[in-house]
Amino acid sequence: MNFRTIRHGMLAAVIVATAPIAVVAQDFTPESPECIAPANPGGGWDFTCRQVGKALQDLDLIPSTMQVVNLSGGGGGVAFAEVVNKRNSEDDLVVAASSATATRLAQNAYPGNTADQVRWLGAVGADYGVIAVAADSDIQTLPDLMDAIKEDPASVAIGGGSAVGGWDHLKVLIAAKEAGIDDVRSVKYIAFAGGGEAVTQLLAGSLQGFTGDLSEAQGFVESGDIRVIALLAPERLGGEFADLPTAREQGIDAIGANWRGFYGPGGMSDAAYDYWVDRIDTLYDSDEWQKIMEANGLAPLDLQGAEFEAFVEESIQEIEDLSREIGIVQ
Amino acid sequence: METLGNLADGFAVALTWQNMALALMGCFLGTIMGALPGLGPSNGVAILIPLAFTLGLGPTPSLILLTSVYYGAMYGGRISSILLNIPGDEPAMMTCLDGYPMAQQGRAGEALALSGVASFVGAFFATWGLVLLAPQLVKVALLFGPAEYFALFALAFATLGGISSTNQAKAAFAAALGLGLAMIGVDTQTGVPRFTFGEVHLYDGIDFLVAIVGLFALSEVFVFLEHRGTDRDISTKPHVEIGSIVPSWKLLGHCTPTMLRTTVLGFVAGVLPGAGASLGSFISYSMEKRLVDRKGLTFGKGDPRGVAAPEAGNNAAAGGALVPMLALGVPGSGTTAVLLAVLLSLNITPGPLLFTQNPDVVWGLIAALFIGNFMLLAMNIPMVGLFTRVLLVPPRILMPIVAMVSFVGIYGISGSSFDLMVMVGFGLMGWVLRKLDVPLVPVILGTLLGNEMEVNLRRAVNISDGDYTVLVSSWLTIGLWTIAVVGFLAPVLFGGLIRRRMRMARDEEGSLSD
Repeated sequence: MNFRTIRHGMLAAVIVATAPIAVVAQDFTPESPECIAPANPGGGWDFTCRQVGKALQDLDLIPSTMQVVNLSGGGGGVAFAEVVNKRNSEDDLVVAASSATATRLAQNAYPGNTADQVRWLGAVGADYGVIAVAADSDIQTLPDLMDAIKEDPASVAIGGGSAVGGWDHLKVLIAAKEAGIDDVRSVKYIAFAGGGEAVTQLLAGSLQGFTGDLSEAQGFVESGDIRVIALLAPERLGGEFADLPTAREQGIDAIGANWRGFYGPGGMSDAAYDYWVDRIDTLYDSDEWQKIMEANGLAPLDLQGAEFEAFVEESIQEIEDLSREIGIVQ
Repeated sequence: METLGNLADGFAVALTWQNMALALMGCFLGTIMGALPGLGPSNGVAILIPLAFTLGLGPTPSLILLTSVYYGAMYGGRISSILLNIPGDEPAMMTCLDGYPMAQQGRAGEALALSGVASFVGAFFATWGLVLLAPQLVKVALLFGPAEYFALFALAFATLGGISSTNQAKAAFAAALGLGLAMIGVDTQTGVPRFTFGEVHLYDGIDFLVAIVGLFALSEVFVFLEHRGTDRDISTKPHVEIGSIVPSWKLLGHCTPTMLRTTVLGFVAGVLPGAGASLGSFISYSMEKRLVDRKGLTFGKGDPRGVAAPEAGNNAAAGGALVPMLALGVPGSGTTAVLLAVLLSLNITPGPLLFTQNPDVVWGLIAALFIGNFMLLAMNIPMVGLFTRVLLVPPRILMPIVAMVSFVGIYGISGSSFDLMVMVGFGLMGWVLRKLDVPLVPVILGTLLGNEMEVNLRRAVNISDGDYTVLVSSWLTIGLWTIAVVGFLAPVLFGGLIRRRMRMARDEEGSLSD
């Protein structure tokens, strides 16, 4: 599972572009660095905080232990509101975020809050989306699945681990749209409490398709229980995932990455902002972090600072358009 | 046998001084966390994750520590249920029903020791089930589609009447209240918020823990405050007898069939992803009541079997929940979801290949479960005497501690003062319901199971395109519905008949003896 080759190939330009940011004056040092995980212990955000915090300390990138605070509720909305309303000018604070954060912001699911109220620091990796079927399914390719939906939308139920309108749902809709399905609302999506539960129902025969992250499907792909018919990445991944066909090479130009990263308070000073951007960037390039990414099935997404801000803005816009189309946003 | 060979290898992995020390520490911490209201197994495990990471433990030692905490918390939950009528965690709720009456009758020691043994039996046999049946059991989980899950939860609600012996209508009201509370939050099947009044804190719905601590612990405090000065509690409580702390062989023998039956039930409930330990202990209790106490004479009034049943059931479910986690990578309960996240962070991918790819981790873990289980039994029986001292603490000292632990516990989990307000709200609701003599357990069950029940109904109907016949489309669903209908109707239809027969039989006996 070597992502480094791809990283060099695909994102060399991005690394070069971010390099100047890394050379900033060190006129800020956090006294008590703190990471808010907007979910209960054990979830994805919690682990983003804990792993990044631990790696930063192991590499001596921060002066003391990163304190992780769990502030769950509202799918991250409670933490977002807390940061905007009460802790807007703190320099020592970062908050874990992911595509789910962008999705909720795009759908106005954090009442009264918008993406420009915080400062987007950087990403630490991405989990690419997959669309899969059971190993014994007649469906062999993504176009097969899309044709089946076109022919009789009611006959194909696709399950995923997020709520309706959530990222797993949107990924399959992005693919459907690219495949020429005009009314994406006809795609039947069944929401489950997690990717694992949805895969179980795929194996049990209740569902015809699965949409989720590569890391969720990994174990079942290796065992041969399910077949990935499309990886929603710009190009094939390396190592053990080299066999997985991308949607793009099957003529359906759909990309869906569940990124993980951080934002900071909107009133954070520029010195602090540069400090955190630089730390995340240095961390990302370290061998230690590359190993952690590999262990967790994270693919490269090396975006920090201004580029990350633009990336988040763009993905929010995209999600908003799609959500409007399926009626989640009025 | 290959499995036993693997298990022997597992013991070789687990039986190091470091691992034994970790297991002992985990069991001890787990028992305490389980006993504290508010801190349940899932939070207990989550709180100790940083410890495992800080100590730089490898995958197997980390898992040994964390699963010991898990098993320990399943044991510990019963302590506060029995002594204080406050469940230490969700699955221990059912233990209140007969455990607390036993304590009030001066049999607290007996109840604690018996429940310790029942926990051991449940966990011990469930771990064997895990060893021998894991690969086959995965297939059982695959038989359960949304329609089957809906039938299963419907079965749970149909037998709800069984748990409240006093007033069926009040139990039904409490369950409906719980179901209503379960509707709060963003509906995952449409993405639309329901009953949230624009309050972002309510988007994820009501946290069960907040509801439980409020309903049981805080309402207890409110009841105490109400009687402050009337010295009702103060005069009676210190005279509570602890009783024998070793259960008699006769009592154990009396409860053995109960323990064995509920172990099987609990284990199966644990294996099904999403059902978990709460459903395990609940179904165990209500089925056992149906079976051995048809007339509703002893259960709920301090029947030792009513203590043994849920404890064997929930500990067996804890073992069962590890089956889908290890074999499918799908958590069977909240705690296994946390354990799963730990596995992932340790670079271990749970799933169908885990048994072949990481045999040392799996078998080391299973061996550690056996060891932890014996440690817990050895730790819990002698400590019964210590635990029961809690009853000697006067309420005027105990109640402020309960209130403090409740607030600190809940705030510690969510870090949100909103949850504290919700908890106080539930406390007031619990106080009112107690005054009206409405049972509290069905409220929690409605909240806990209602969501899953609704979601599975909608998944099933959504997949079938609105065709409701899907709900009875397989033999499994028909079987579950039959049990549900019989379980619901039998007491209603035949209750009167049986009572009449009993009376006739008694009259005849009476006339004979005359």
